[in-house]
Amino acid sequence: MDTKSETKKVGAVLVLGGGIGGIQASLDLAESGFLVYLVESSPAIGGVMAQLDKTFPTNDCSMCILSPKLVEAGRHRNIGIITQATVEGIEGEAGNFKVAVKKAPRYIIEDKCTGCAECAEVCPVQRPSVYEEGLAQRKAIYRPYVQAIPNIFTITKNERPPCTTTCPINTNAQGYIALIRQKKFKEALTLIREKNPLPFICGRVCTHPCETECNRKDVDEPIAIMALKRFLADYELAYGAEEIQPAQRNKEEKVVVIGSGPAGLTCAYDLVKLGYGVTVFEALPIAGGMLAVGIPNYRLPKEMLKIEVEAIQKLGVEIKLNTPIGKDLTIDDLRGQGYKAIFIGVGAHRSRKLNIPGEDSEGVVHGTDFLRELNLGKEVKVEEKVAIIGGGNVAIDTARSAIRLGAREALILYRRSREEMPASDEEIEAAQEEGVKIQYLVAPVEILCENDKVTGMKCIRMELGEPDETGRRRPISIEGSEFTVDTEMVIPAIGQAPDLSFLPEGKFGVGRGDTLDVNSISLETNVPGVFAGGDAVSGPATVIEAMAAGRRASNSIDRYLRGENLKDNREKEFMTTTHAPLDIDISKVDKEPRQSMPTIPVEERRGTFNEVERGFSEDMAVQEAERCLDCGICSECMECVEACKAEAVDHRQKEEIIELNVGSIILAPGFDEFEAQLKPEYGYGRFPNVVTSIQFERILCASGPFQGHLQRPSDGKEPKSIAFIQCVGSRDFSCDRPYCSSVCCMYAIKETIIAKEHAEDVKPTIFYIDMRTYGKDFDKYLERAKEEYGVRFIRSRVSEVQQTAETENLMIKYESEDGGLFTEEFDLVVLSVGLNPPKQAAEMASKLGIELNEYNFARTDPFRPMETSQPGIFVCGAFTGPKDIPETVTQASGAASCAESMLSPARGSLVMERELPPEIDVTGQEPRIGIFVCRCGINIGGYVDVPQVVEYAKTLHSVVYTEDNLYTCSQDTQERIKAMIKEHNLNRVVVASCTPRTHEPLFQETIREAGLNRFLFEMANIRDQCSWVHMHEPEKATQKAKDLVRMAVARATLLEPLHKVTLGLSHDALVIGGGIGGMTAALKLAEQDFTTYLVEQEKELGGWARRVHFPLNGENPQGFLQSLIEQVKTNSLIEILTDTVVTKTEGFVGNFKTTLASENGQKQRLVEHGVIIVATGAKEYRGTEFLLGQNEKVLTLSDLEEKLVNSPQEVTRIKNIALILCVRPAGENYNYCSRVCCTVAIKNALKIKEISPEANIYILYKDIRTYGFKEELYTKARKKGIIFIRYTDEKPPEVRSTDGKFEIDILEPILGEELILSSDLLVLATPMIPSETNEELSRILKVPLTKEGFFHEAHVKLAPVDFASEGIFMCGTAHSPKFIDEAIAQAQAAVGRATTILAKNQLEVGGAICQVDREKCIACLTCVRACPYGAPYINKEGLAEIEVAKCRGCGICVAECPRKAIKLFHYKKEQVEAKIEALLTAVV
Amino acid sequence: MKHEMISENHFEPVIVAFCCHYCAYAAADLAGIMRLQYPPNIKVIKLPCSGTIDVLHILKAFELGADGVFVAGCLEGGCHFVEGNIRAKRRVDRAKAILDEIGLGNERLEMFFMSSSEGIRFAEVAREMTEKIRKLGPSPLKGV
Repeated sequence: MDTKSETKKVGAVLVLGGGIGGIQASLDLAESGFLVYLVESSPAIGGVMAQLDKTFPTNDCSMCILSPKLVEAGRHRNIGIITQATVEGIEGEAGNFKVAVKKAPRYIIEDKCTGCAECAEVCPVQRPSVYEEGLAQRKAIYRPYVQAIPNIFTITKNERPPCTTTCPINTNAQGYIALIRQKKFKEALTLIREKNPLPFICGRVCTHPCETECNRKDVDEPIAIMALKRFLADYELAYGAEEIQPAQRNKEEKVVVIGSGPAGLTCAYDLVKLGYGVTVFEALPIAGGMLAVGIPNYRLPKEMLKIEVEAIQKLGVEIKLNTPIGKDLTIDDLRGQGYKAIFIGVGAHRSRKLNIPGEDSEGVVHGTDFLRELNLGKEVKVEEKVAIIGGGNVAIDTARSAIRLGAREALILYRRSREEMPASDEEIEAAQEEGVKIQYLVAPVEILCENDKVTGMKCIRMELGEPDETGRRRPISIEGSEFTVDTEMVIPAIGQAPDLSFLPEGKFGVGRGDTLDVNSISLETNVPGVFAGGDAVSGPATVIEAMAAGRRASNSIDRYLRGENLKDNREKEFMTTTHAPLDIDISKVDKEPRQSMPTIPVEERRGTFNEVERGFSEDMAVQEAERCLDCGICSECMECVEACKAEAVDHRQKEEIIELNVGSIILAPGFDEFEAQLKPEYGYGRFPNVVTSIQFERILCASGPFQGHLQRPSDGKEPKSIAFIQCVGSRDFSCDRPYCSSVCCMYAIKETIIAKEHAEDVKPTIFYIDMRTYGKDFDKYLERAKEEYGVRFIRSRVSEVQQTAETENLMIKYESEDGGLFTEEFDLVVLSVGLNPPKQAAEMASKLGIELNEYNFARTDPFRPMETSQPGIFVCGAFTGPKDIPETVTQASGAASCAESMLSPARGSLVMERELPPEIDVTGQEPRIGIFVCRCGINIGGYVDVPQVVEYAKTLHSVVYTEDNLYTCSQDTQERIKAMIKEHNLNRVVVASCTPRTHEPLFQETIREAGLNRFLFEMANIRDQCSWVHMHEPEKATQKAKDLVRMAVARATLLEPLHKVTLGLSHDALVIGGGIGGMTAALKLAEQDFTTYLVEQEKELGGWARRVHFPLNGENPQGFLQSLIEQVKTNSLIEILTDTVVTKTEGFVGNFKTTLASENGQKQRLVEHGVIIVATGAKEYRGTEFLLGQNEKVLTLSDLEEKLVNSPQEVTRIKNIALILCVRPAGENYNYCSRVCCTVAIKNALKIKEISPEANIYILYKDIRTYGFKEELYTKARKKGIIFIRYTDEKPPEVRSTDGKFEIDILEPILGEELILSSDLLVLATPMIPSETNEELSRILKVPLTKEGFFHEAHVKLAPVDFASEGIFMCGTAHSPKFIDEAIAQAQAAVGRATTILAKNQLEVGGAICQVDREKCIACLTCVRACPYGAPYINKEGLAEIEVAKCRGCGICVAECPRKAIKLFHYKKEQVEAKIEALLTAVV
Repeated sequence: MKHEMISENHFEPVIVAFCCHYCAYAAADLAGIMRLQYPPNIKVIKLPCSGTIDVLHILKAFELGADGVFVAGCLEGGCHFVEGNIRAKRRVDRAKAILDEIGLGNERLEMFFMSSSEGIRFAEVAREMTEKIRKLGPSPLKGV
């Protein structure tokens, strides 16, 4: 980058948050010429909207309307989606930021994953699904939901589980336990062998540190991990093992291992697998070291060892028995034989001596010698009474062996107490069961002999002193406590030392206890190339520790032979004992005892060395494995790696930091649900049938946990009565959420309606404070719920929810409006949880340096609703305060336009345009079709006989090339398709694979890159419509696949190339209406260098805002208005046309021509422009209700505001004042909520209180609708003593004028009494009604109005400022009543949408659209009436013609045309019927 | 069961399903993703909108021997082309009247509304339609 880059504007924007807000902002930016990075913290975009079932107030399916946006964002060339990522840090300034983004590993190679879900099928680990709000389980490898974009999987991993980290060789215990649960025993054993060459042995004699640290111990008992491992060994023994293939020898070097104990065997196993030649030299006639000669058969049968050793030999390790190193074969000799490295693992076989008198007598045998003789099958005799000295496993083994050999009495003497005894607990217990006696705190002093025969032993009692260097308390003899033990044989087993006499003297360093000195990390001795480990280095230790030493040495030897550093980065080889916290609540896990190991009866053990433990049965093993808590979440069992035919799984992925250079940032992190547990009185988390509203959405959803069956979680029964509790975590000081969450009333109503649609007889009840249905058409929705669906609404406060134990029904205690206390029973309770700021808000704010409000939502200014406190960083959606989808989408487009204004000079600088080859002209060519049939791994290939389909396809007419692919969508196949098009001169391509909804654009792009027109492509969906839905009928699935391919080919034959037409366009804009909305729109367009005509019918600019004087929250409305007018007037790109109206508009998107008339139509002017923004505003209704217009003391809200400004002194004289809200004229027309009146009334009431604190103010209302943070004003008003009295439609207030005052009769609902209020002034909140010009304008622009006369948007939820006709937008109160900040957001949104058109150099229109055959047309106007977009018109010749730029290609006119004069390209009659014919003529 | 179905005398109806791109086709995809099993007798033809369906397409299918036909579009009010689905329903009704007139009976033709998240519904519709047509027996127009 050059040095100027500091100040240069960057044409890229980072959008943080992939919910609907982030998606909309991204799409608008990308379409306006900016590169977008869409950064989302979860694995997929979609946000909360993806979880919703339906949307209010139209009951549209949420996923239906969202999904096309997801797909569009997912495949947009200028949107880069970065998932599982968060912003780490930011540098630079507005216009040029450097942002560090941290991306968590998915463990999936994103461009290889095809989303086929085979991995999840095999994954053994489950976790509650976040998407399903915990009502269903998902696997450790998962995608959040099936329509997820990107449609790829991800793996959840905690840190590695304690069982694995505490294992000295990191055997993946969680992994094989998970596989046992799935009865994948073979796979489990294979997984063990990845790390552990001796499962048969470790399943029997390991000291299992894994079990000591197992988290299950905190629930009940640890998992019997060792026994499970043994079960797998037993299983293999019973059912046979697969033939072991020798490891591939790919390295020249040979290595020597001296000693075939666990250290040597592990080292040899590792090295042979790495490709080295390995020879093991063993002095004894049997391999296995201490495993062979130290552990008796009843614990470790020799066959087990034999199996393991043979397996290692089969891998290619050569073992030379009876070959001691030393005299005849020295270490130097070995080097001479070409061995490049040596591992010494000779163990510690030399018994330590007691060094007491009598030790050399005949009846004294040392423990290791005793066991070795026994294990080598020599005859070993014991006396009747045997005393064993020591406390380790050797002592126990010796004692238990002595019993088996016929000793009547076996006594172990140990000089410390039980606590310090190193032998394992199971061993000690088993020994005692078998009759072994143990005396603690006793040490031998002298062995008493007669004629070289032992007759007894003199001992002394000990006590424990201070801890010694081993950490154990030192035994100290108690003077004078000597006593004699009666015994005939003494077996000292007090420890062993290595026998290093075979080594050349003085050459090797030897340390304490006669052990070899080695480097602690590399295990290299002082002689280069010679390594050592196991008991020979550590002194006597455990099998698993010896194996770990072998592993460590093998790693060193490999490094040594490859000339690498022996010590770098090896810390991780050490086991750890600190573990990550569990992700589950351990207190909620049901207790389940550990399986106990079956053993042979004690009485059967004497006289035999048969194995004592019998091992788990299959059922026991599976049950035991079920107890595992899956602490690491992903168990790394590697089944997914095996299952993924696309080779997309990579468990080694690491977190990465991505540096992004962007000009601006848009924050769209959304919201978090209020945590219902914070209101414990409602029982959430304790009672299964209390659910949150979002859980209820999932319950209702057809793709949800219950497939859309209305049922309750506890028992799956269909609830007959459902209670909805409103304001859970909203309007509530007790949990620090005083604000209103704005959307809950509506979503609760929606949920009741949908519930009723699911089950007609269900009775929903909503417990609420105020019904806040303040949006466009919301009141109608409320009425529908009441009238059509019979939903019960109870104005109340719910104090408590209790559960009835037997039925798990719920008792709701509530206080009604008139103070009555009630209890009512319900089957299900839904908590309407509020919207909280996102949890990461504070952290994000501090990283980005933006300010938050007191609740942790982003702080914004009402006149700059999408700007944060940090220049260049904008915000949209619920992060600015609770709001619904359309407002979020509005702010998103608005935020996009803010970023565009700032980055306008860099527009188009970073977007990618692809160079494409010229198109091949296929006209007149015979069809030459190429067919690519996808196996989709096994998703298709596993059920449909793909080769058969390919063979069949060859027989079809016009097919000249066929092939099958493992994955037709993979990158290399795209290249192949292109190559085959060239090689075989293909002019049509058919892909038989999955759904065209997601994959058609990809293949179309591919064939286009090969020079074929995109429309010469057809798909057969043989996965979603064939293999997956007919899995159990492979023959029929194959037949159907052939049918679908035949149909596709038939249509492909008739496909024609289609071309979009490019049109030039005007880059100017027309804004109709000069209020705040219109002026903001004009100014924002001008900021982006687009010339704008601002038309206002009045003589001056400003609109309604001229009458707004007081702030809601500190702002200055008039100051803002004046400055806005000033800016508009001085902007050279804005031409202001006041006193002007639109009289005629012709043309279409990009090419409008509008006639403007001024001076009462005297002056006319024609302007050309590319877009239109309608901002005609609204006005206050002035009727005759309550003496309005007849009595000067009756004011509207605006009148009051002006009075407060112009003559406040009048106000100070007022003692009593009443404000009546919801004053509507009779009749249907204005029967909607005007959204602002409650807040404005309260605002002005507070102003009166400010001027005249003594005044009595009465606000007469139906529902107070101070949504969002406006609730603060309501709270303040009540604190200030303003009196709120509710009235109903049935009993509206009655007003009488008497003596210059008013008397108002009203029924006070709390007291239930009629009151008479006296008032000096009467203020009426009348509706905000549409501008009377709307009707005329709607006719001129051919855009629709609502019944009330406001403009009707293209889509209530996702296109809130668009008209169905392209290129025309709306903003402000022309759309519906709203506040200034909302109008500004809409104005900016309209600009954000408009620039997606204006920013283009040319428009592409046409393609798969309709065309009229002029020969057939009779100009009957059917098409003109049928088209939802106004595309057909009657041309100069009097015939119907379709405006190419307006046609969306739905084909409705085609079907409606009585003369069949219209065709829809790409779906022409013959193209559709070709499929029907192909299907039926071959089958019938 | 399986053997029964491939026995020679057993009637396997051929059913053409005209599905709109946005909802019904998406619901069929979801049925696939959810591995819901339904009879292979249903063959889907995708249209941009259910409103694209022409009475002639429906009649053509019957003429060529289809045993059943259904048209599936978005939920009422949820059409991506405003009210194409409602128009489709009217045309299906018209086609039904024609089927009655020519004596084929209107039961072989249906119109369904479903959202894109109703994979289960698609599979149900496929099963129900197959069962119904199986009961009605082969179309008398077959092989005419």
